[in-house]
Amino acid sequence: MRIQNAWRTASRVLTQIAHDPRTLGLLLLVPSLLVGLMAWIFSDTPFFDQFGPAVLALFPFTVMFLVTSITTLRERRSGTLERLLTMPISKFEFTLGYALAFSFLAILQSAIAVGFAVWVCGLDTKGSIWLLLWVALADAVLGTTLGLLASAFANSEFQVAQFVPALVFPQILLGGVFLPRDTMPDVLHAISDWLPLSHVIDALNAIAKDTEDANYIGMKILIILAFAVGAVILGSATLRRRTN
Amino acid sequence: MVNSVISAKDLRVIRGKHEILHGLNFDVTEGSVVGLLGPSGSGKSTLMRSIVGVQRHVHGEINVLGEPAGSKSLRLKLGYVSQSPSVYEDLTVIQNLKYFASIMRVPRNDATRVLKVTGLESQARQLVSTLSGGQLNRTSLAIALLGKPALLVLDEPTVGLDPVLRADLWTLFRQLAAEGTTLLVSSHVMDEASRCDRLLLLRNGLILADETPAGLLKRTGATDPDDAFLRLIRNEPDFDEQTSDSKRVA
Ligand SMILES: Nc1ncnc2c1ncn2[C@@H]1O[C@H](COP(=O)(O)OP(=O)(O)O)[C@@H](O)[C@H]1O
Ligand SMILES: [Mg+2]
Repeated sequence: MRIQNAWRTASRVLTQIAHDPRTLGLLLLVPSLLVGLMAWIFSDTPFFDQFGPAVLALFPFTVMFLVTSITTLRERRSGTLERLLTMPISKFEFTLGYALAFSFLAILQSAIAVGFAVWVCGLDTKGSIWLLLWVALADAVLGTTLGLLASAFANSEFQVAQFVPALVFPQILLGGVFLPRDTMPDVLHAISDWLPLSHVIDALNAIAKDTEDANYIGMKILIILAFAVGAVILGSATLRRRTN
Repeated sequence: MVNSVISAKDLRVIRGKHEILHGLNFDVTEGSVVGLLGPSGSGKSTLMRSIVGVQRHVHGEINVLGEPAGSKSLRLKLGYVSQSPSVYEDLTVIQNLKYFASIMRVPRNDATRVLKVTGLESQARQLVSTLSGGQLNRTSLAIALLGKPALLVLDEPTVGLDPVLRADLWTLFRQLAAEGTTLLVSSHVMDEASRCDRLLLLRNGLILADETPAGLLKRTGATDPDDAFLRLIRNEPDFDEQTSDSKRVA
């Protein structure tokens, strides 16, 4: 493998986004604005401290999922991917390049959102803020890589947009934001164990209430990253050099 | 004997439910400019996609530089310009070239060379989305020239260009061929035929003629390639049967 191909692709993708300051601005700031809105709605109640961490996961996850899948889809449809794949770059190097570029943005975005939530909105978790930051970063990377994978199954921006209600919302419902997972019907509980977002929300709930130790959170972060790596590998396996 | 750069034997391609190419046989020799001519929908792009190895459901034999089309070892040796320009719109011209140059493992100053060759020096720092149609085409072409590939497969590179620009590009193609590059250039405009060493006339996925421009005129008794093409079609005895049969595929 030539890792340089992945780095160059990542830097090319970031250069493209840098040419579009509005997208970049929206990307980096929208989750923070939503967190701010939520803090305002719940001011004078304990709910922001309780649900804030989980929501901190959902906004960046959804935004990164959408942005990454649409960008990858555009590359596939514009013919540049086809051209690239007649050149000496592997499908994995290409996908990794995208994953690196958007993970970088995801990390920036999440760091801004967590910082904003804690220092501006006064989010006060019982558990460690630093663990919260790590989980949020892993979560945004997860959103990016799942978006990469999802784009392989879409032929248009419309379809990608449908993936948010089809693939993301069920994970939110089953992930334990509204109702703890262990109080769900057994079948749903079992299914939710296999959904990546469940582990994110587990970790964030644990941090909000300080119910688990750092090992537990570390384990959850590893599970989240394993899903992310799996999505990149699957995503590159679904690319085709030859198309109809 | 001159080396065969592209060689097809009974090449058949299925796209969707239809067979698009119906068993083509031809050879392209080194250092020549071969014009792939035919009306829109005749299968030119499909053939080119098969040659560069991005087309699925290719049957029969198709070898490029001695290897089966699409082989890994060919990726440094051929340049391909697809029919619609495949360039990153939200990068500048030079940023596009530098990125593709790095993937093609060629020195960065090769980007400057192809910029000069295609006459895009003053557009180097311009965003691709702000280029004119002709400049966009040439950017796509410039990328294919990176690293001086042995074979260039150019799908309608001159379409929509003004006559001056077209003449310039053909001068460039002839120059590349003189340096030993083999070019397969498709066009649906017959007046480009006379600039080629050899012509492959494609119609409904079949090769109507495979000869030199002069030979074609002589054989058909026509005065220009457009006329020759029309005569060939009219003289085809079982043309109607052939197409209605070959259009349906199991
Ligand atoms: N993706 C596709 N799926 C099915 N049929 C296709 C596809 N692309 C092109 N075709 C058909 O293949 C035939 C040849 O197309 P093409 O190779 O693009 O011709 P040309 O380049 O000579 O205009 C046309 O009849 C076209 O409708
Ligand atoms: Mg075409």
